[in-house]
Amino acid sequence: MNVVLNGEARELRDGATVTDAVEASGAPPEGRGVAVAVDGEVVPRGEWEQTRLSDGQRIEVLQAVQGG
Amino acid sequence: MDNGNGFQIAGRDFGSRLIIGTGGFHNLQVMAEAVEASGAEMATLALRRVDPSSRGSIVGVLENAGCFLLPNTAGCFTARDAVATAQLAREAFETDWVKLEVIGDDKTLLPDPAELLAAAEQLVAEGFTVLPYTNDDPILARRLEDAGCAAVMPLGSPIGSGMGIRNPYNLRLIVEQARVPVILDAGIGTASDAAIAMEMGCDGVLLASAVSRAQDPPRMAHAMRLAVEAGRGAFEAGRIPRRLYAEASTPMEGVPELT
Repeated sequence: MNVVLNGEARELRDGATVTDAVEASGAPPEGRGVAVAVDGEVVPRGEWEQTRLSDGQRIEVLQAVQGG
Repeated sequence: MDNGNGFQIAGRDFGSRLIIGTGGFHNLQVMAEAVEASGAEMATLALRRVDPSSRGSIVGVLENAGCFLLPNTAGCFTARDAVATAQLAREAFETDWVKLEVIGDDKTLLPDPAELLAAAEQLVAEGFTVLPYTNDDPILARRLEDAGCAAVMPLGSPIGSGMGIRNPYNLRLIVEQARVPVILDAGIGTASDAAIAMEMGCDGVLLASAVSRAQDPPRMAHAMRLAVEAGRGAFEAGRIPRRLYAEASTPMEGVPELT
């Protein structure tokens, strides 16, 4: 399946979940300070594992950075 | 906790009136040293797309320093984006506190008042503890307070400009009317700017660039700590009025006639 992960076209296996997308993004596993939005909607951490992605979705995986 | 230098926001105690922004440090090590030297107990941070090459955890560094995390919504131009960013930050950091920034353009980074107020109203309704970065406008500050914000954070001058407090009269009006803490946010260039904000009765100061972009960030962080404490002390002590003419401090009575 093809998705847009952090602004880049990426291919994930069919049936991939948000957890797979987080891993594919290079985010630290289980790292605190990571958050995910799929098509602009926040996906709570507790739902990553069960939330299946579908073709064409936009996934943003964000992490903590320095900021004023 | 209470060393005489602390205050409360939304019922939470902070032992320092200095809030440190973490933007602009060259690396996490310098940031950690500066945060330590500042004595700050609250620090801002942001959310951006994952960078697989980034090293170290800013969250870990700040938590080791004993800092309460205050995520920001920097980079948002609309209420909608700011609300979504705050929701993401709530997930990422398990906090409902947010430094709300909704800017109008990227040249001045000045807040967009209409979007800011709309975002504040929505986030308060969703249960967030909202600390809005606002223009130095007393009416907008009042509207934000009425909307249920936990503090108001007027700018002294544009973010990163180091221009200090450009409109002390407006800031005085904001301080005078506010029933929530007033945090001077943005524009601090050096220690005297922070001291002036505190002497004017601000409850706290939030600064980033003044420390992170200083030649020696930990040293400047310590200077800011002293400035905030000194300014608050002077405010509480009550300064003398300004006069046009001198008023002798040594009594004239009993001056001898020597010639």
